[in-house]
Amino acid sequence: MTETAAAPVITVSDLIKQFGRFAALRGVNAEFSAGKLFAILGDNGAGKTTLLRTLAGLNRPSSGEITILGSSKFQNICLHVGYMAHPSLLYDEMSAMENLRYFAQLYGITNDTRCVEVIRAVGLNPDLPRPVGQYSQGMKQRMSLARALLNDPKILLLDEPFSNVDQHSATEMVRLLAGLRDQGKTIFIVTHQAALLDGAADEFIWMEYGKIVDRTRDLKREPAPGLTSELPRNSER
Amino acid sequence: MSAPTGITRVTLLKDLRLEWRSKDAINSMLFFSLLVVVVFSFSFDPTAEESRQIAGGLIWVAFLFAAVVALNQTWAREIRNQVLDAYRVSPAPANSLFLAKTLGNFIFVTVLEALMTPLFIAFYRLRSLGPVWQLLLVAIFGTWALVVNGTFFAAMSLRTRSREIMLPLLLFPISIPAILAMVQSTTAILNGEGARFWIVLLATYDLVFTTVCLLLFEIVLNAE
Repeated sequence: MTETAAAPVITVSDLIKQFGRFAALRGVNAEFSAGKLFAILGDNGAGKTTLLRTLAGLNRPSSGEITILGSSKFQNICLHVGYMAHPSLLYDEMSAMENLRYFAQLYGITNDTRCVEVIRAVGLNPDLPRPVGQYSQGMKQRMSLARALLNDPKILLLDEPFSNVDQHSATEMVRLLAGLRDQGKTIFIVTHQAALLDGAADEFIWMEYGKIVDRTRDLKREPAPGLTSELPRNSER
Repeated sequence: MSAPTGITRVTLLKDLRLEWRSKDAINSMLFFSLLVVVVFSFSFDPTAEESRQIAGGLIWVAFLFAAVVALNQTWAREIRNQVLDAYRVSPAPANSLFLAKTLGNFIFVTVLEALMTPLFIAFYRLRSLGPVWQLLLVAIFGTWALVVNGTFFAAMSLRTRSREIMLPLLLFPISIPAILAMVQSTTAILNGEGARFWIVLLATYDLVFTTVCLLLFEIVLNAE
């Protein structure tokens, strides 16, 4: 595991998340320092999305504790967290500006300046009148990122931000995210396109069967000591 | 963060805008109610006296079934693209969302009632023998009773596999006292009889269920 010198911005202790009898997270322990870009990697069903949703406050931990920016209360945390999911989290029938104007008001942002700023930041045109439902998948992904950036969060949780995005746009998004990291934001990216983040991510977090099994500074990963490639028994999953 | 009333207002305006563009809820409600009026009118062909006896039941059952369509639609929008999660990760209070949805549904059903009532009057040759303002009171309290519970139970059945079926199964039994009060008071007013008891019952029902829904909505919204 990579040692981190700076004070952790997120601390996760013995985090377990169960859906009925299925354990999606099986005792996650980790500390994440501020101002870094973390890429969360792993096979389907490894618990990456569940971890991200739990950090965002969308899933309640079955047991264990999450401390974000020194607090474990959602009302204190949510103002500083931006969340981008695999679906767009946008209303298809409304334009980019209409969508962002609505979501901005949920955070108490009442002027359009911030909305225009984030739409431009992701490389889209805020004056585009057509509804988001008519956008290409890549444009929707970028709009979704713009929505996550609205409240100028200290922590960004991004689930598959590059899926269905062309290579050029994905590279642009990585550049934008690296820039945000350089401004001091802590960014978590769940992705299956790890190569895109090679050189940009500060740390690669490897998950298997609901646990963090390794943390590396580059994409090359040696199997963690004691890690088995066997599937756990049903009762363990 | 915006005040809860401000968030209720912007969410309501957003819902009205979405409905204005799609007209999903209002169109389905209108066609459904229209069918009920026409089919029953041709089936029974009642006299003016008979109409006063059956109109209360007929009108409210038509509006109840039509309202279910709107209630399902309003939450379906929030499930598409998982937009509801964007609200849940924000600091906006759950009750602001609930109130906005309830007010939105109240407006949709009221619009439906305003459009359908003249048709009911024409098809069933209705003439109220009691004061019309009391009918207005019943319409307001009755519609609120339908939508407040309906919005709550529609949210509750949001994550179930067959939510279109779940909603009536949950909503209708709990609405029985309200429907009874709505039908009895409407019939009484149309026939020139006193309806004070039923109107008070309806108002009490609204008060109790609005309070309960507001107290429980956050749990429903964040249920996994």
